[in-house]
Amino acid sequence: MAAGVAAWLPFARAAAIGWMPVANLPMPVAPTEKNKRQDELIVLNVSGRRFQTWRNTLDRYPDTLLGSSEKEFFYDEETKEYFFDRDPDVFRSILNFYRTGKLHYPRYECISSYDEELAFFGIIPEIIGDCCYEEYKDRKRENAERLMDDQEDNKDSKLPNMTFRETMWRAFENPHTSTMALVFYYVTGFFIAVSVITNVVETVPCGSSPNQKDVPCGERYTVAFFCMDTACVMIFTVEYLLRLFAAPSRYRFMRSVMSIIDVVAILPYYIGLVMTNNEDVSGAFVTLRVFRVFRIFKFSRHSQGLRILGYTLKSCASELGFLLFSLTMAIIIFATVMFYAEKGSTSSKFTSIPASFWYTIVTMTTLGYGDMVPKTIAGKIFGSICSLSGVLVIALPVPVIVSNFSRIYHQNQRADKRRAQKVQKARLARIRISKTGTSNAFLHSKRNGLLNEALDLTGSTEDERHHNKTTSLLESQHHHLLHCLEKTTNHEFVDEHLYEQNCLEGALQNYTSRSPSLSSSGGLTGTCCSRRSRRKSAHLPNSAMSPGPPHGLQELSAVHIHRSDRPPLSTSRSSLNLMPDEAMRLNCKSGQITTAIISIPTPPGTTPEGDGHGPPSPSVQTTAGSSVVKVSAL
Amino acid sequence: MSVCRKRCRRQLTKVGRYFYRLLTGTLAEDSIEDDFELSTVCYRPEGLEKLLEQTKFTKKELQILYRGFKNECPSGVVNEETFKLIYSQFFPQGDSSTYAHFLFDAFDTQKNGSVSFEDFVAGLSIILRGSINDRLNWAFNLYDLNKDGCITKEEMTDIMKSIYDMMGKCTYPSMKETAPSEHVENFFQKMDRNKDGVVTIDEFIESCQKDENIMQSMQLFDNVI
Repeated sequence: MAAGVAAWLPFARAAAIGWMPVANLPMPVAPTEKNKRQDELIVLNVSGRRFQTWRNTLDRYPDTLLGSSEKEFFYDEETKEYFFDRDPDVFRSILNFYRTGKLHYPRYECISSYDEELAFFGIIPEIIGDCCYEEYKDRKRENAERLMDDQEDNKDSKLPNMTFRETMWRAFENPHTSTMALVFYYVTGFFIAVSVITNVVETVPCGSSPNQKDVPCGERYTVAFFCMDTACVMIFTVEYLLRLFAAPSRYRFMRSVMSIIDVVAILPYYIGLVMTNNEDVSGAFVTLRVFRVFRIFKFSRHSQGLRILGYTLKSCASELGFLLFSLTMAIIIFATVMFYAEKGSTSSKFTSIPASFWYTIVTMTTLGYGDMVPKTIAGKIFGSICSLSGVLVIALPVPVIVSNFSRIYHQNQRADKRRAQKVQKARLARIRISKTGTSNAFLHSKRNGLLNEALDLTGSTEDERHHNKTTSLLESQHHHLLHCLEKTTNHEFVDEHLYEQNCLEGALQNYTSRSPSLSSSGGLTGTCCSRRSRRKSAHLPNSAMSPGPPHGLQELSAVHIHRSDRPPLSTSRSSLNLMPDEAMRLNCKSGQITTAIISIPTPPGTTPEGDGHGPPSPSVQTTAGSSVVKVSAL
Repeated sequence: MSVCRKRCRRQLTKVGRYFYRLLTGTLAEDSIEDDFELSTVCYRPEGLEKLLEQTKFTKKELQILYRGFKNECPSGVVNEETFKLIYSQFFPQGDSSTYAHFLFDAFDTQKNGSVSFEDFVAGLSIILRGSINDRLNWAFNLYDLNKDGCITKEEMTDIMKSIYDMMGKCTYPSMKETAPSEHVENFFQKMDRNKDGVVTIDEFIESCQKDENIMQSMQLFDNVI
């Protein structure tokens, strides 16, 4: 219950007067105030600064330190005040929370000291108001990052008991951890460079034999280049396999970008090995060699900047897309215009619209090669408009991309966005939980109250008693209110979970239940019958059914049935719950046998059947004047 | 002639101002903001002594009530939205807005769309400190939606539906569509003596006085505050 409206609880209870005349059942007893205190001022002395407030104000949040009896530990008898040896500045915000119901985070306050104070006074930070929550979360994240950076520096020291696999993985990810890792890092870097240079030099024309034209080096020194290539590919393959072995999650590793680049870099070689002799596919083989240039991307493991560039491009995908789209639109428009403008002139290069694309692109990007030039006046006019608009269209998205890159480069928050989303979900989940806490609290206390009733009546004084937490007066009054509403409408509040289960099983039951005897027991098994899950911790007894005739006796054991004089729904709630349970289970187990076996002299009420399910329930006398009838379970 | 000129000048200035606003882009009227300033006026209740005379609460009780009232409604009056919001905090599982609406109408004795502290305290005084007859009268007033002195079946059905709405969906046994109307039938059987289809105030009080459950539940309100 939002404690800001705790003061309105008397009003809500008074408003219940509208239910009284229409209720058919008597109302439950109201909780009494054990020690009725008049509203008084209490003094909170926080490190010398005295705060005063009404006691009721603090009582609004009974699950915090100040609202519960925990504050009695801090009571000073001599000065008749509560003394807290804490920061008075932060205490201001905390006390304001009680007064206004909103928790604010003061910006000048250090985040960790604020968190400590909140933890001390038992207030969860999630309820910080929306006005201050963003600031709070930002500061918290910064602080966490700072701590993490410090930790990472410490983490480089070797942790004990790391398996060989983990050591290897750490060596791959952070080359600075050990000398072996560093050596490996440099060796792979060297070989990447060698491989790339080899690819480049392969195509350079080397010295030629006198009677032949220039031959590229690759064809002159085939064996040498082949050996070089093989060596590089072997190193890369070994590296890839080692990484694959060491990766904590092989599936995730295989899906990562770097591993795909690795694979693409070494595959062409192997494919080339396989199909050297086939003349038809040699053209395709040549194309495959192009992919060898992807080895250069392997450098991104060695360069932080490259990774950030890649990430920037990924995150600016929408701006890039917009750029591309607008350029395409403009190109098509201008190409069409130029084509039709130049159609008239003789020997024009603008032979078709696609041919004009080239001109448009070159003009819009202000390259101006000059291989295609308009000759007509209209063509020249449109050509100039084209180049002017090209400048505009390209200039617009580029600064956005640039600023994105600089932002990301400076902050380098790749994983933070993912973390922030998780935290937001967690915050909302916690607020939702505390909100549903009220309705759950009521259902909880109902069960506890019943437990107590039942245990009182059996005279048991065991430990089950202490499960019932002492609820504050406010809460018990609120629960009494909800209880009155239940009595007025003759229905009970139920957990959402159970409600859905009931409806499902109720629907199922409508098909399987064929027992006529059961149906005669009135509307009790009518709707949601299965209450299987609603088992209380104390096995409370099965209930009475219709206030009809008593059931016959049978041998064997264990099902005690109460016959109550009151209408069924007014008996103890437990009885309601378990009765249909029984009935349902009986239904399921032996649908067709029911009528035959139970030879009850009087018209059959329930036909308790089924095997010995569960332990025999203890019999509890719930109402005076009800007779306990034993009916067997077959 | 001068009248004509004055009018012309006025028109011209209007046109000029319009074009100015068009060019500079101020489309919204500025005067709207002034209106909002006036609406945050505070409403103060009458003095403590006067309220003491009018109601049956003690001074301390009035102080506590007022502090709670003022905390939730700093402007001094509750409008229907706030009322519904406050009431819904107590019934998380169901929809209490209809019942809150009826309550609001019952508290708003002056029918001006807002409940001031005096209305609030007057209503509470009857419910919590009044005699059983007073309370029954107040309840009748609540049920009688059009305040014509008798409760018809339709009015009662509305009230009953609103009460059942507060239970929400997740109940045991699950809520049938006919539950409110069955309950209304029950009610009318009990209350309507002369079977004329409406319940008058006398029938209501008489039947309630005969019903022990109701008399007992009326006693519950004695120590709410």
